[in-house]
Amino acid sequence: MSVAINIEHALKAYGKNVIIPDLDVQIQDKEFFTLLGPSGCGKTTLLRMIAGFNTIEGGDFFFNENRINELDPSKRNIGMVFQNYAIFPHLSVRENVEFGLKNRNFNKADIGPKADKFLKLMQIYEFKDRMPERLSGGQQQRVALARALVIMPDVLLMDEPLSNLDAKLRLEMRQAIRDIQREVGITTIYVTHDQEEAMAISDRIAVMNLGVIQQIGTPQKIYHRPVNEFVASFIGRTNMIEGKCNKNEITILDHKVKFNNIDFKGDVKVSIRPEEFIITEDNTAIPAIIKDTIFLGLNTHFFMELPNKQIVEIIKESMINNENDTGKTVYLTINTSKVNVFNMEGSENLVIAYEK
Amino acid sequence: MKNNKKSKINLWSSSTLGLLTLYTIFLIVPLLILLSDSFIDSRTGQFTLANFQRFFEKEYYYSTLFNSFKISITITFVAVVLGTVLAFFFARFKIKGAKGLRILIILSSMSAPFVGAYSWILLLGRNGVVTKFFENLLNIEMPDIYGFKGILLVLALQLYPLIFLYVSGAFSNVDNSLLEASENLGCSGIKRFFKVIFPLILPTVLAGALLVFMRCFSDFGTPMLIGEGFRTFPITIYDAYMSELGGNNGFAASIAVLAIIITLIIFLVQKYISEKNSFTMNSINKIRPKKIYGLKNVLIHIYSYVLISLSIAPQAYVIYTSFKNVNGTVFTSGYSFESYRIAFSKMGTAIKNTIIIPLTALIFVLIIAVFIAYLVVRKRSKATAVIDTVSMVPYIIPGIVVGIALSSAFNKPPLVLTGSMTIMVIALIIRRLPYTIRSTVATLQQIPLTVEEASLSLGASNIKTFWKITIPMMSAGIISGAILSWITMISELSSAILLYTGRTRTLTIEVYTQVLRGNYGVAAALATILALLTVLSLILFNKVNKGKDLSM
Repeated sequence: MSVAINIEHALKAYGKNVIIPDLDVQIQDKEFFTLLGPSGCGKTTLLRMIAGFNTIEGGDFFFNENRINELDPSKRNIGMVFQNYAIFPHLSVRENVEFGLKNRNFNKADIGPKADKFLKLMQIYEFKDRMPERLSGGQQQRVALARALVIMPDVLLMDEPLSNLDAKLRLEMRQAIRDIQREVGITTIYVTHDQEEAMAISDRIAVMNLGVIQQIGTPQKIYHRPVNEFVASFIGRTNMIEGKCNKNEITILDHKVKFNNIDFKGDVKVSIRPEEFIITEDNTAIPAIIKDTIFLGLNTHFFMELPNKQIVEIIKESMINNENDTGKTVYLTINTSKVNVFNMEGSENLVIAYEK
Repeated sequence: MKNNKKSKINLWSSSTLGLLTLYTIFLIVPLLILLSDSFIDSRTGQFTLANFQRFFEKEYYYSTLFNSFKISITITFVAVVLGTVLAFFFARFKIKGAKGLRILIILSSMSAPFVGAYSWILLLGRNGVVTKFFENLLNIEMPDIYGFKGILLVLALQLYPLIFLYVSGAFSNVDNSLLEASENLGCSGIKRFFKVIFPLILPTVLAGALLVFMRCFSDFGTPMLIGEGFRTFPITIYDAYMSELGGNNGFAASIAVLAIIITLIIFLVQKYISEKNSFTMNSINKIRPKKIYGLKNVLIHIYSYVLISLSIAPQAYVIYTSFKNVNGTVFTSGYSFESYRIAFSKMGTAIKNTIIIPLTALIFVLIIAVFIAYLVVRKRSKATAVIDTVSMVPYIIPGIVVGIALSSAFNKPPLVLTGSMTIMVIALIIRRLPYTIRSTVATLQQIPLTVEEASLSLGASNIKTFWKITIPMMSAGIISGAILSWITMISELSSAILLYTGRTRTLTIEVYTQVLRGNYGVAAALATILALLTVLSLILFNKVNKGKDLSM
């Protein structure tokens, strides 16, 4: 049976070294929840606290109403998938999958069919009698997932499960994980540092930095309305241009741009994603010189120099004839409904403040 | 639930406590007794330096120290050169029959060194077959084999295989692209060997050199048989101990203390140099032996074949003589199983002891090593750090000193063990534990912690995870370590020589005493049985340890 998870005032410290100072998060039943952040942000630490492999120095961890702080890892009824899969090398695929069932005193007659069901679900039934060393990385990953799910855990924890796979397999497994999570209907906490993977797979994402959750929200929300400069630059790419805001008008590089979702007075940072620039013929707009282009098939990335010498990145759909634009001057405006504006500290999104 | 957590803490903390107690009783206390024996006058109970004074006053005593250094340094140097060059040839060039040669190299290093000494005496000694052949038929005076030269010959040929094995392991970690890069940058041939290859394998060479030095410095049997006037340190310790039996053993104890100090210094120096020069390597493209032609090829083959033939010759000759008719020390014409008949009729207990004593010790060594490795790797604390350090102490203590320490600690109440089989077992456990612990720790370190965590998260308890996951995953490493320990245990002489009695003689001791008594036929037969045991164990080792490197 799947559970909701509630974490209140979590504290993790090694002696005086505080990793997670004070963290609150609620994860809903059957939700696919991702902890996303740069390495060392505390995401794996938090996951291992939930699993019971790291001690909890403070706060309360609940599965539904049950406090699990002191519960032994083997009693938490958690399915876990590790970065290196942690397949038992001395047991066959089937024995790996059956390992958890045997520890749970299942009826002996049920163990075989149950294992079969998940072996088939993960499409590894044909390898059931192989030893793990004779499996590919993707197949090992499937064994790890089958082994974690077959015990009908309350929660599925996954610690960067795709980081050891090659790019193509990663996409394939990403979809497989998403599908099976929906099919089984289990609360899942997923740890990754890959923002694209997080957006593709999650119901909600918590962006972490330095042991603190910066923002929790759907992938769309986090991408379009990041709460601070860290989230804006960690998720996707963005160009930060300083400007001066007077009520709903921001002066950027001597050009006045009107916004209809801001009301502020003072210096600001305007966060413009590469696709939020518009190239126009209008020579009253901001002039920019094309310094370099990168052709990526569907899109072309332009690196342009603004009048203040700042280099910005702009993405446009590739055209049939824009092969060699280097050195050319173009004019830029911005899509003001999409752009975000932060205060100078980068700590507050002024657009979110207005829209509230 | 609470109870469960409590009992888990108890298992590991109680085993920590138990291990500390055992080490205190059987290692620390005996060493402290040794220390007090050497510094305290047994009649007055006063602190005294008289024992040390006596040692450093008489040239008869202190010269043995110089002798030991002289012989150990020379042998280490020769063994390092012979072994490194051979390992280099095997790694770089295709050598005909390399696989078989490798087995012969390992075999030649596995016997007790004194068997080599005895066999070389049969070949090159005053009445040796080779000597007689040259003198009688060709009228050529052969050089004297006894003394410094003899020990050098025997031990260098016996110990270079250790360097060979160590360095071969290091070569398999050197990526071939490093060699190619060096050649690409204009450095090849001999220059490349000294500028690139040698620095890369230097830490390994030093580790091997330390082992060789320690073995030479503490070897007792070889200088005893072939040294004649050339007295070494362990012989002095043995003589001092034997001549003082029943009285106080202050003098023997103080020489033993000196031996520990010296080996400790050498160990620390080696550790310091190695740590300064160490780095981790991981090769993707292993160096592959390539075929070469012409004179170079011939010379390399001559070097390899001659060296390996010389090192296997003593064993082969001993096995050959075991089937000859014999009268005391003189082998007569004709062949028979007479020596074996006598060996089996007289030495039944020795053969039995050679199985029982090492086997019992082995079981304890394995259990203790697994526990210590688990505590040291997975349950780090101050107490386990102490165990880690203490467990390495016997690594630097010469076997004969272990023998003295144990027999002087357990020859009086509360615990009298001298003359018992138990004390022989304890000596073997102490001697062999450091090696087994190291190899077990290395095995355990290669098992990712997440595998154990996966088991826990799948509902297995700590104890169940340990038995069902950790132990099975370690088993290959444990078993191969066990077989190596077994081989060294059955040929142990230096600690056993002080501890054995008529009832607890082993094959190795029996070979040694039969050689001293001049019963060459029986000695050869027993040595052959010992060699056979070793070969069988090695075959088993290769079966278990498919294709992996052998390290001591």
